[in-house]
Amino acid sequence: MSKFNKKKKGDLPAVNTASLPDIVFMLLFFFMVATVMRDNELKIKNELPAANEVEKLDKKELVMYIYAGKPNFGYQSKFGTEARLQLNDKFSEVSDIPAFIYAERESKREELRPFLTTALKVDKETNMGIVGDIKQELRKVNALKINYTTRIGDVSLNKQ
Amino acid sequence: MARRSSPEVNAGSMADIAFLLLIFFLVTTTIETDSGISRKLPPMEESEEDVVIKQKNIFTVLLNGKDQLLVEDELMVLEDLRESAIEFLDNGGGTGEDACTYCKGKKDPKSSDNPDKAIISLKNERETSYATYISVQNELVAAYTYLRNIRAQELYGESYSEMMKNYKDVNWPGNREKLKENINRLRKEYPQKLSEVQ
Repeated sequence: MSKFNKKKKGDLPAVNTASLPDIVFMLLFFFMVATVMRDNELKIKNELPAANEVEKLDKKELVMYIYAGKPNFGYQSKFGTEARLQLNDKFSEVSDIPAFIYAERESKREELRPFLTTALKVDKETNMGIVGDIKQELRKVNALKINYTTRIGDVSLNKQ
Repeated sequence: MARRSSPEVNAGSMADIAFLLLIFFLVTTTIETDSGISRKLPPMEESEEDVVIKQKNIFTVLLNGKDQLLVEDELMVLEDLRESAIEFLDNGGGTGEDACTYCKGKKDPKSSDNPDKAIISLKNERETSYATYISVQNELVAAYTYLRNIRAQELYGESYSEMMKNYKDVNWPGNREKLKENINRLRKEYPQKLSEVQ
């Protein structure tokens, strides 16, 4: 009689995994929404210096990025080993900055333009010469709000 | 012909597909925001009139091509820069109209009159490395923040950094107008007057 069948007491019931896809999809949608795709590939070495008296740069859409540093290994034969400038996706000269700033301004809504900030992402081994030139160009086009982008950390990390 | 029922699609691999996508987005996501030292460049047009500034109100910081630091014509290590900047800014050596009521410095008549008049002049050469330049900028900003923190502690019982954090926090329950006023007062008492020589 089945009444006397031994029940397997020790066995745990299998966990129902039917809702697993739902959970994963939920996570998936979160990351899809939160993702910001890297829009420009760096062709230069870009190791930022450290600082701890920093302010956050919120509102990513109001930031223009200027990169500077030594060209990566694959580009050194063409562009040399001296620090170069990168705007958007290509190597540029300092004299290209005004055109770049105007183009960036043009792409933003008019009421937002006064709040545009220029973020200087400069490699820590770069000399100040090129940074000074960049700042001079920015002054010429009246892009006066700048931000030296850094890592967060103590300044003693800057010494080699 | 008998009606054929459409075969059930096996949804067992759905989780795998979703995981694959999930991992892709996990890897490409950059959530962190950039942070750095904000500065304002001086406008291009040169003002015609020359403003006369007393030598004692200028704190010269010179960075040479070998990343050496020369402060007020003396060689200095980076670690001491913050302290000597604080000493200079908070000196309050002025008398009469220029007197500083809240300064806690030595009141040395040879150093700055008050924080409003005190100017830090930073000069670098083309060969100076960017890392050193940022370190110096960081130390100078830290000096101002330190003085503002102390003054804020005195006036409002909380530090300037704390106030700034509250101000940026959207969910902060206190009175924002009042906070803004307090912050502006601190900024007026210790204005960041940092001039860069080209």
